[in-house]
Amino acid sequence: MSVIYVLLTISIIVAVGFFIAFIMAVKKGQYDDSYTPSVRMLFEDELVKETSEKTILTKKDQ
Amino acid sequence: MSKNTCFHCGLDAASAKITFDDKAFCCNGCQTVYQIFSENDLSCYYDLQDSPGATPKDIEGKYNFLENTKIVEQLLEFNNATTQIVTLYIPHIHCSSCIWILENLNKLHPNISSSIVNFGKKTVRINFNIELLSLKELVILLSSIGYEPFISLDDYSVGKKHINRTLIYKLGVAGFAFGNVMFLSFPEYFQVNEFWLEQFKPLFRWLMFAFSVPVVFYSAQDYFISAYKGLRTNILNIDVPIVVGVTVLFIRSTADIIINTGSGFFDSLTGLIFFLLLGKFFQQKTYSFLSFERDYKSYFPIGITKITNDNEEESIQVYDIKKGDRLLIRNEELIPVDCILIKGSARIDYSFVTGESKTVSKQSGDKLFAGGKQLYGSIEVDVLKSVEQSYLTQLWSNDVFKNDKELSFTNITNKISKRFTITILSIAFLATSFWLMFDSSKALNVFTSVLIIACPCAIALAAPFTLGNILRILGKKKFYLKNASVIEQLSKINTIIFDKTGTITANKETTINYEGLELSKNEESLLKSTLRGSNHPLSRSLYQLLNQNDIVTLDAYEEHLGKGITASYKNENIKVGSASFIGHSAHTATLNTSVHVSTNNTYKGKFTFYNTYRKGLSQLFNTLKKEFDLVILSGDNSGEKENLTKLLPTKTKLLFDQKPEDKLEYIKYHQSEGANVLMIGDGLNDAGALAQSNVGIAISENVNVFSPACDAILDASKFNQLYHYINISKSAIKIIKWSFLLSFIYNCIGLYFAITGQLAPVVAAILMPLSSISIVAFTTIATNILGRKFE
Repeated sequence: MSVIYVLLTISIIVAVGFFIAFIMAVKKGQYDDSYTPSVRMLFEDELVKETSEKTILTKKDQ
Repeated sequence: MSKNTCFHCGLDAASAKITFDDKAFCCNGCQTVYQIFSENDLSCYYDLQDSPGATPKDIEGKYNFLENTKIVEQLLEFNNATTQIVTLYIPHIHCSSCIWILENLNKLHPNISSSIVNFGKKTVRINFNIELLSLKELVILLSSIGYEPFISLDDYSVGKKHINRTLIYKLGVAGFAFGNVMFLSFPEYFQVNEFWLEQFKPLFRWLMFAFSVPVVFYSAQDYFISAYKGLRTNILNIDVPIVVGVTVLFIRSTADIIINTGSGFFDSLTGLIFFLLLGKFFQQKTYSFLSFERDYKSYFPIGITKITNDNEEESIQVYDIKKGDRLLIRNEELIPVDCILIKGSARIDYSFVTGESKTVSKQSGDKLFAGGKQLYGSIEVDVLKSVEQSYLTQLWSNDVFKNDKELSFTNITNKISKRFTITILSIAFLATSFWLMFDSSKALNVFTSVLIIACPCAIALAAPFTLGNILRILGKKKFYLKNASVIEQLSKINTIIFDKTGTITANKETTINYEGLELSKNEESLLKSTLRGSNHPLSRSLYQLLNQNDIVTLDAYEEHLGKGITASYKNENIKVGSASFIGHSAHTATLNTSVHVSTNNTYKGKFTFYNTYRKGLSQLFNTLKKEFDLVILSGDNSGEKENLTKLLPTKTKLLFDQKPEDKLEYIKYHQSEGANVLMIGDGLNDAGALAQSNVGIAISENVNVFSPACDAILDASKFNQLYHYINISKSAIKIIKWSFLLSFIYNCIGLYFAITGQLAPVVAAILMPLSSISIVAFTTIATNILGRKFE
């Protein structure tokens, strides 16, 4: 029945792992802005698009 | 897309008749922005939202101060040779299109490497190379696409702002421990008498202890500090019984597992702290894009153009302005210091200071005050005082701005907790002494049980959850409160004081009345033609009002500064201007702003400008007068008195010619007489009064940009809803009182178990979370119903 020691150790290690992940996420500022990322996610396809060569600068030079 | 509204900004485009790419635009500015976007493959901007843009403003010369490297360095968040990072506040950010376009800035300019928007704060963080793109160019690029950043003196110490995340950490620790302790307590809950579980009981218990330690010593820290502070100032706040409860829970549970008499109450302990922190978190709704602590710094520019002795222009910091300096104030620029006008015709808009939107004309030699905005052309001024000594900035040295209103206010929870704590302690001691006589072995057990079960977590939860939810509901209705305690203060109001200009009057509108002899067609056309040539603000408003007549080319036209205009066409001549200029002295007594007209030397009549009052004003005052004392404190002259008495209920007090200090003193006096004052104002001149009043509401047509220091910001379009907002806060307090009753019932049940000495851990484990959760559910449902009722 000492398997319970193993189980307990594993479960607590997993829990602490998640806890550390949480702390790191907060530290990195993941909870500072809870709205923009949810919108940004929807733009993904647009952002991948090839950057156009035409910019305001080049336009002026023409 | 309809042809009547601008494709870019959604304004009326029918009259402009600008079409490009088969789309209608209201002005050339909007069309240019569209052109920029479509030529750079950014037309997706318009797919995300219909007409999301803003009309770009003319900003020539406005950002010249960004050429000063010292100023630029202060604004940059990160700076090395090739990369600079700057965070700019952009009030116009309002939809997903805005996020998209601002995060695609790199397509508009190759030297911007990336940009990230924070929608909640309305800021964009831009990564760029300053050698190839100066900050000034970047700001101008943003302005040219309608996203003009708002840079003020407040930004001067940017990048040093520390984000406080401790509450999230504490909540995380408590939640983590709560979950694990609950999990480890399961065998105890079900009282399983199984051999192996019995064997592992001590291990489980010590693990629970280990989880609880950081909760008590880290997460619950604030409660200990607050209780200690309260006791030191002889106040029994709600945190005192909480701390007593937490301490007793922890010590008794630890003692239990050491002497092996039970598993203790670690689950209740961690759960209690978790719920309390959750309530705190819920209440901490912040409108991070709004600032409630604004002082003059938020309005003043960072840099200003100084004219050196060699007649050269130089950008300097506002703080570097010295007495005697000569400054160049450009069109639309704010005057940062008190000064004397030297060159140019000044038309100053003091609306930041007084709320009055009508511009004032000044001539060379006149004194100009800080906070005024120069319109129509640039002027040169000589500095009289430094920034800190100017009239407007001096207002902020008043003591009212140093008081923290929240501290001087005993909230409803603390009021109850005082009696509560005393009652609980007496019950605990009585019950203990009873058991000491009857069965002394149980006495200690009963004493701790009473303190544990009586721990007022449900009471402590009622207010944060109710107020937090109300805060959210009001925010959705465009009434933004600084914090939850404002709701409680608002429910106690018995006197409401209004500022006049800009508060009960609409800022940008005036109505014009004509009194006198009727003008003939020729005269009207002549008047119109005359006004057309003048740049004076009154002429501009009058010109807008008159019917479109044939414009004639005048034979003679002369503008007399500060007086009026003379003009002639064929045989007719006209004089427009002040009464004395026209030669009509009989009407000079009137206090309203008016423009007099005479043709061929005969007096015709005058156009009088009246304020336009906000929609529903009369109705609002009539509803409010039943419950509150109403006062109007105006800094203006009494020209509108007659008009106002007609409009408002008879009980309303009207006071005119009030200086900022007078307003403050008036409120102070009435507070000493026992009044709870709600002040509603808008200009910086109301700032003192707003700070002195119990609740100061700043009314604003554009909540993102302008409002003085206050407790709440109200969107001007919702002004007539004021009565509802006060009612909502009153109902919120009622909900809190009902929750107190509910939690009182729980406490009575709990106390029965505790006093009779039957408090098993399982009873506590059921009763404590149940009471907390049901209170939270009750307040949430009740506030949501309340919110729906006021739709």
